[in-house]
Amino acid sequence: MAQVGIVLVSHSEKVASGIKDILEQAVGEVNVKAAGGMEGEIGTSLEKIQEALQNISTSEGALIFYDLGSAKMNAEAAIEMLELDNVHVVEAPILEGAYLAAVEASIGKSVQEILESIKKEFPEKG
Amino acid sequence: MKFDVNHALTWITKANEKIQDNKDYLTSLDQAIGDGDHGINMSRGFKETVAKLSENDYVTVSDVWKDAAMTLMSKVGGASGPLFGTAFLKMSMASKGEEAIDYPIFIKAVEEAVEGVKQRGKATEGEKTMIDVWSPVVKKLQEASDFNAELIRDTAKTAMEATSDLVATKGRAAYLKERSKGHLDPGSVSSYYIFDALADSLEEGA
Ligand SMILES: Nc1ncnc2c1ncn2[C@@H]1O[C@H](COP(=O)(O)OP(=O)(O)OP(=O)(O)O)[C@@H](O)[C@H]1O
Ligand SMILES: [Mg+2]
Repeated sequence: MAQVGIVLVSHSEKVASGIKDILEQAVGEVNVKAAGGMEGEIGTSLEKIQEALQNISTSEGALIFYDLGSAKMNAEAAIEMLELDNVHVVEAPILEGAYLAAVEASIGKSVQEILESIKKEFPEKG
Repeated sequence: MKFDVNHALTWITKANEKIQDNKDYLTSLDQAIGDGDHGINMSRGFKETVAKLSENDYVTVSDVWKDAAMTLMSKVGGASGPLFGTAFLKMSMASKGEEAIDYPIFIKAVEEAVEGVKQRGKATEGEKTMIDVWSPVVKKLQEASDFNAELIRDTAKTAMEATSDLVATKGRAAYLKERSKGHLDPGSVSSYYIFDALADSLEEGA
């Protein structure tokens, strides 16, 4: 069965792909894509986020984790432009939040269940 | 007077010139209270926008603004990308279908641009962001009864200069808290160039 998808949006390509490595090492098969950097430099790219959302399975919904400022704005813009339902930008530290989500997604939790766990675990952000 | 496709194209061309001329200055402002990429971001985004607009023959102002919006959103790279992109996208939506737009539609377009930026940035007036230029400009547009280049330019300039006294509570500069005071907001300075360019386009068409 398809899992909840995870997209990692960071200003750094290395940070996003590094977090992806951590998730895959711990959880194994994760429905996750990294969208880091902007044309090889520090920044965030709307196109990369859109591509990531199109390349994961979103049949069970998806969660986007972000690091700073424009990462969140571009994530929200990407969701609006692709007109996706059940895809949410998550208020949590990017690494810890995505880790929690990956573990829960791998045991078949739904988007709503994962969002509730995140709220409990990281009440301070957002 | 109506704002037509030529005005819209001149607007972007002039904005691009001012941004390229001041690329290093914008970057130095962002080095003081941000991450030092604003000049690079704006220079890349507007260069690509001018290139994109030269590929097509436009019939409506709305289509010019739409292509500008899409290019800025995907090519700028920093927060100013989705923010300026949203501004032009909202203007495009507010003026849809009109070949040339009259003053009331123009006001409505800029009003919606400001609302869009506020929503996208979760920000409001007084937080030391580009909103502190866009919002006073909208107020002056609303008070006037017709296009007025000088009014737009002067309002944007005064508002841009006033951002120096503000403490940032949004964007990268917010991490500096009180220390952000005494510096101009980079996005407000580039917004001033954009309105200065708008004023130029109005004067050229006259
Ligand atoms: N939340 C926000 N709301 C409105 N305007 C903002 C916000 N954040 C930043 N800005 C504006 O954007 C300008 C900075 O643009 P810049 O291109 O340097 O992006 P950045 O802050 O480096 O992006 P990033 O979020 O990727 O770090 C600021 O000077 C400010 O005017
Ligand atoms: Mg910056």
